[in-house]
Amino acid sequence: MARRGRRAALGAAGASLMLLAALPAAGQTATEPGIAAGDRKSGRDFLAPETRAQQDDLSINPGMLWVEQGEKLWREAAGAGAKACASCHGDPSALKGVAARYPAYDARLQRLLNLEGRIQNCRLEHQRAAPLPYESQALLALTALVAHQSRGLPLNVATKGPARPFLAAGRAMFFTQQGQLSISCAQCHDDNWGKRLRAERISQGQPNGFPTYRLEWQTTGSLHRRLRACFQGVRAEPFAAGSPELVALELYLAARARGLPIETPAVRR
Amino acid sequence: MPATRIVLPARARKGEVVEIKTIITHPMETGYRRDHVGLAIARDIITRFTCTYAGEEVFRMDLFTGVAANPFVGFTTLATETGEVVFEWTDQHGTVTREQRRLVVV
Amino acid sequence: MQPGDSNPSRRKVLAGAIGIVVLPLTGHQAHATPENMAEAMGEALGAGAAPKSGRVKLVLPELAENGNSVPLRISVESPMTAADHVDTIYVFSERNPVSNVVRFHLGPRSGRAQVMTSIRLAGTQHITVVARMSDGSLWSSAANVVVTQAACIDDT
Repeated sequence: MARRGRRAALGAAGASLMLLAALPAAGQTATEPGIAAGDRKSGRDFLAPETRAQQDDLSINPGMLWVEQGEKLWREAAGAGAKACASCHGDPSALKGVAARYPAYDARLQRLLNLEGRIQNCRLEHQRAAPLPYESQALLALTALVAHQSRGLPLNVATKGPARPFLAAGRAMFFTQQGQLSISCAQCHDDNWGKRLRAERISQGQPNGFPTYRLEWQTTGSLHRRLRACFQGVRAEPFAAGSPELVALELYLAARARGLPIETPAVRR
Repeated sequence: MPATRIVLPARARKGEVVEIKTIITHPMETGYRRDHVGLAIARDIITRFTCTYAGEEVFRMDLFTGVAANPFVGFTTLATETGEVVFEWTDQHGTVTREQRRLVVV
Repeated sequence: MQPGDSNPSRRKVLAGAIGIVVLPLTGHQAHATPENMAEAMGEALGAGAAPKSGRVKLVLPELAENGNSVPLRISVESPMTAADHVDTIYVFSERNPVSNVVRFHLGPRSGRAQVMTSIRLAGTQHITVVARMSDGSLWSSAANVVVTQAACIDDT
């Protein structure tokens, strides 16, 4: 039954590339988890012990370099307002728990914002400073700093009310077969996680460690950079980092990961 | 300017072995890679890291292309006296990145 | 569901895997050989130098998840006194384009002969570590690391 339901969802979603327009039919349970709560595993569980140790020991975790850069930026006044993040928020620890609730719908902006989007918007509206481009070192550093404050706290995004259509769009994207290889996110990360692909075990594609230091990148990067790499992996044209499509997908991933602890900065292969 | 991170205790007992860890942002470009249009990317690496403590060199590292990007190193030093611990990274062009921390020895 | 179409997911993923396997064979690098390493060792340690086996402990993963960054820990048995200490630790690769990977210079003020860093490995190989003591003696140890390749391309 579950499989038939998924096939139907695949067909429906696949028929439309306008994913944001592909809202769920009334009564569709858009919050159904792809992986049962008890089976959810962080990407950390798929790592070699050495890489795991590199993440856990903050004195050697390379991602902490970005967190520390974020602390410097946090205190630096910027823009016409001559305000720093610290001017309004005080210590970064005041934002403990915030990252666990993102992406979140902003009623005033009528937009779904992820943490990067929230920081970008803060910079624009409150600091009146030059925008921080997506994937810039400064935005990665500030995002890593804020997410790090919630390290160990379980992901817990809101999926009801105004977030619903975004969740549905993200979910549709997750189940849509894409690219020249015609593979959906779900086919690897729901249906085949734990199996081997060459020397690698397929992970569940969980988003709980971003920004993440990836050995492959040799640097710290955002969830959207990682998602873009997945799109390229199946030979699909990737959506832009920070695009509404990827923020919606991020919301679905966060809902699907509910309960997993934030690990920022995670270390991945 | 590269960013650096230094992990060492603020104070130590005299005679204690102090663990120091440092990391610096740097691509450690090997010179063996090519860009998207097939052009060789020039080698660009940090070649030397030194740590002096109260004016005396206590650790040095020579780096080659085989050191991973964002070079990380962990080493130890004996806590001898209260003083400045100075870290210097020198790249192949001679550019030096310098940081210092005070170690209080009780 | 159609007969014979019982597991579309697995089939698609398998097809994908085959496609994915083909691509990463780009960026072929110049590899050194064990002979290059012997040459580099001769230059660094002195011609005809014959390190004795022992006193050096080297910790490397048996299976490295990514050759871009492999954690390496080295410790050497030494009292680390003014009279008897480790002077230099050399790390050599038999397969990287450059045989010299990294060198550490220690002394009696190190307190312990113990260092850690992250190195690059251009493929599965032996890594050789040599320690030069203050009396000029050379000690060495080697470890084999299998370097695996990622399954998916990442061109971001």
